[in-house]
Amino acid sequence: MTEPATTDSATTDSATTDSALRRTALYAQHAAAGARLVPFAGWEMPLHYGSQLNEHHAVRGGAGMFDVSHMAIIDLAGDGCRAFLKRLVANDVDRLTAPGKALYGVMLNEAGGVIDDLIVYRRATGYRVVSNAGTRARVLDWLAAQNREGVAIAERDLAMIAVQGPEALAKFESVTGSREAAALAPFNAAEHDGWMVARTGYTGEDGVEVMLPGPDAVRLWQDLAGAGVAPIGLGARDTLRLEAGLNLYGQDMDETTSPLVAGLGWTIAWAPAGREFVGRPALEALRASGVGERLTGLVMEARGVLRHGQTVRTPVGTGVITSGIFSPTLGYSIALARVPKAARGACEVEIRGKWHPARIVKPPFVRKGSKVFE
Amino acid sequence: MSEIPAGLRYARSHEWARREEDGTVTVGITAYAQEALGDVVFVEHPEVGSALGRSDEAGVVESVKAASDIYAPVSGTVIATNESLEDSPELVNQDPYGDGWFFRIDPDDIAELDMLMDADAYARFLESEQH
Repeated sequence: MTEPATTDSATTDSATTDSALRRTALYAQHAAAGARLVPFAGWEMPLHYGSQLNEHHAVRGGAGMFDVSHMAIIDLAGDGCRAFLKRLVANDVDRLTAPGKALYGVMLNEAGGVIDDLIVYRRATGYRVVSNAGTRARVLDWLAAQNREGVAIAERDLAMIAVQGPEALAKFESVTGSREAAALAPFNAAEHDGWMVARTGYTGEDGVEVMLPGPDAVRLWQDLAGAGVAPIGLGARDTLRLEAGLNLYGQDMDETTSPLVAGLGWTIAWAPAGREFVGRPALEALRASGVGERLTGLVMEARGVLRHGQTVRTPVGTGVITSGIFSPTLGYSIALARVPKAARGACEVEIRGKWHPARIVKPPFVRKGSKVFE
Repeated sequence: MSEIPAGLRYARSHEWARREEDGTVTVGITAYAQEALGDVVFVEHPEVGSALGRSDEAGVVESVKAASDIYAPVSGTVIATNESLEDSPELVNQDPYGDGWFFRIDPDDIAELDMLMDADAYARFLESEQH
């Protein structure tokens, strides 16, 4: 057997040396549960707790919990923070009409490339930004360098647990004794006692993401485990998000990628035309000259697995797979791919030197446990 | 430490080979290999009747993590493949030295088995790989 390559995997980061790895407040829980711990974006994180496939099915069929404490939680305060975010985020934070509302968007560089994708929460005073672990330093540096509005920028040392699946809200309610999560509309959050409970996630299932102090996180994790909620590693997190048609930063887009070719055009708030967000001139120039590619879905029902970097051949030109997996829910391989804009229907993918028939479809692939594409 | 049964022979590419009473050789991947791969989702077998040289590519194992080539630990003719892996690839994870076997070879020269590592040597090899 050849050694499994780590270069095509979203879940490992071989560039990081073990000695520098950070651990979350839940590290001891993972170790005690028999997790296979791997370096990821500078953190020692659970890849799986025995079987990635079983964990995937646990989320689609019941409830699972993820330690996502490695993500960056950044609070913004001060009079200028609304203007600051209107300038730095390509979606428009004025859509957050009341505290508790949340918004998905991208932060762009001057060339219109994606520095990061993030969720912005409006708080009673100020805003909270949750961004990726792998871009932590880049995002914090960028925010500091762009800060002309005198915003107070503070990274928070909080843990974060996602509880996802059709039974997630009921399980969360059973251990917290609170109806608050079920009362929240999707993409809304509530804060109390140092916790932020948000009706958000990265799986295509219902659920919450909870930001809270480390000691509270350990108790919540243990209580959820006691209620039968399965711990889920980064491996299943990747297959769940891809089935849900959600992008992964660093894989489906990066600083060299325009959101317009990464399936993220819907997150750009073009109106009002006078809002001068960073990257806007570059996006408008690209839109005027014509966007040649788009991010779409691929399915391959024959045996084999689509993976990052494989070439896609269509009648109107070639493309590339940005993320590919074996879909545990569907039982065959699916992928996100950047292809010529006009490409539709049948295509071929090169896997180890051979061309295999595949099909272009519109993501998502799975929502709330069921196949959704045509 | 992964399970390494005594009595089998091991390749540096993490296949095991077992000499059967009828003189044929059964081949699979080691417990260490399946742990490194994670859940196996597809196995591509060599064709029954095909002749393989020692260290020739003899198939592919696709896991949730990566695709890996399987190599023939000895030369010979493929006489059987484990067809239950078609519907139940998880057998490779659950029972790598038993129900998760890959294929069986009629060896050209059974002495080639002695060129592979025994269990102790493979254990030392894994240890050196990890440092």
